[in-house]
Amino acid sequence: METTQQTESKIIELKPFADEMVVNMGPQHPSTHGVLRLELKLDGEVVREAIPHIGYLHRCFEKHSENLSYPQIIPFTDRMDYIAAMNQNWGFCLAVEKLLEADESRNFEVPERAEYLRVLICELNRIASHLLSFGTYGMDLGAFTPFLYAFRDRERLLLLFEKVCGARLTYNYVRIGGVSEIIPMEPGSIAEQNYLDEIEAFLDYFEPKIDEYNELLTKNSIFSERTTEVAVMSADMALSYGATGPNLRGSGVDWDLRRDEPYSIYDRFDFDVPVAVDVPELGAVVGDCWCRYKIRMDEMKESVRIVRQILAEGLPDGPVMADLKAVRPPKGEIYFRSEAPRGELGFYIVSDGTPKPVRVKGRSPCFSALSVMQELSRGLMVADIIAIIGSIDIVMGEVDR
Amino acid sequence: MKPEEIYEVLTQQFSGAVLNFDTELAGDPSIHIAPTAIADVCQYLAETEALAFDSLMCLSGLDLNANDEEFAVVYHIYSMQHRHSVVIKALVPKTNPHLPSVSHIWKTADWHEREAYDLYGILFEGHNDLRRILLPDDWEGYPLRKDYKEPEFYRGMRVPY
Repeated sequence: METTQQTESKIIELKPFADEMVVNMGPQHPSTHGVLRLELKLDGEVVREAIPHIGYLHRCFEKHSENLSYPQIIPFTDRMDYIAAMNQNWGFCLAVEKLLEADESRNFEVPERAEYLRVLICELNRIASHLLSFGTYGMDLGAFTPFLYAFRDRERLLLLFEKVCGARLTYNYVRIGGVSEIIPMEPGSIAEQNYLDEIEAFLDYFEPKIDEYNELLTKNSIFSERTTEVAVMSADMALSYGATGPNLRGSGVDWDLRRDEPYSIYDRFDFDVPVAVDVPELGAVVGDCWCRYKIRMDEMKESVRIVRQILAEGLPDGPVMADLKAVRPPKGEIYFRSEAPRGELGFYIVSDGTPKPVRVKGRSPCFSALSVMQELSRGLMVADIIAIIGSIDIVMGEVDR
Repeated sequence: MKPEEIYEVLTQQFSGAVLNFDTELAGDPSIHIAPTAIADVCQYLAETEALAFDSLMCLSGLDLNANDEEFAVVYHIYSMQHRHSVVIKALVPKTNPHLPSVSHIWKTADWHEREAYDLYGILFEGHNDLRRILLPDDWEGYPLRKDYKEPEFYRGMRVPY
């Protein structure tokens, strides 16, 4: 008798709508860009609710960090956003450097040459990241060719990264106080000149390609039909949900940390910040999927501009690493954010004066951007869900950390 | 506005709830707020014209030491309009960690509070969907607590490897 009562009390009451159907999209769905599970509550083909379930790629970054010294954490940041790992390395190093600078007894400055190398490599990584986003977004919506083009060009960038740090995806290149010297590149040497020439050759090749890709995909009528006026995110909504980077600019907010809160040497370069505007001939309105996508295409051009300015100036002489005996920040805490390709990447670091941090929290841009999904997808069609996921450009490694 | 000035404004408005202004440590100074008043203070920060804190950059749980009596919840907030930022801290007792949610003020707090609940076990009152976000629903314990011991087995799988 007792057992019956127990089973009875365990019955879960479900009160679905008359025709509601629950469909699991993911976690192993190719268009979910990693392992994202969406619980779709459908009324026919209309989405009543799309609830994201994350955590499939959780690798305890924050817990690991508490047991590692600061330089040992850098390879873990590589695994957060593995598409733009250079930017992740840099974001973490910037936060630690900021905390080190708070210690007045320590006279410490990142060498000029390292700053230039950081901007150079990270802007190239931004191009690589946006290329992947462009290619996979096309493929999500049924266009296979852009994917092949994007990967062909990205491959050349990965080879450039390989030449400077030996790795194609998880670089561990930007270090606290400078950049890695694992593959030496003497100032003014032939190796350096060859490397810069190779970058220039890539840019000369790549810059006209952006217009070609715009012709191929951006202005493609099938593509624009699928993306324009779909999932319009207002500026207030983007701010409230903490959507940053291209997603925020796609909603018409003119905001870029590289320009508005310049860190490193970004104030020395001349570049524009693309902000979404209505495009009546295609039917795009500010805040829709098409605008978020278009911002990334425009940003690639700006990154090319920044890299060209560095190439014109040439890399300065000097060391690539500051004279840091040990990385031991003073007792205190810092929050520092930088503009990664996917938005605002923040690190909150609490130090107790020992070589290991007490707390490291990664504020991931994708984590916040993905939380808008539930509100954005209400009332749309199932096929639009794919368009939204691609347009907010998430990398699950960074969402789940 | 500088953090000191924001502290002045807050002490005038919420005399009892604003505890102190912590500038001793290196890095960002922080304003300590009584946990019960956190939602009211945040509402004031977000809605007052002169402050206009329209974005919550980061919300983190914090456990400094296993011997401490309290967890901290840290709010990094920023105003796009005035371009100033402030760090707000609320200390909650470890025995029954709970404080009001701010997810109705900034929607991004929704997932960040779920994460703090998931990893520290801090309860946010008024949050409409407080469940685990990164860990499986049936995971036991709160891993980022300093006194956390990982379980021997999870669903028959050995955990420490």
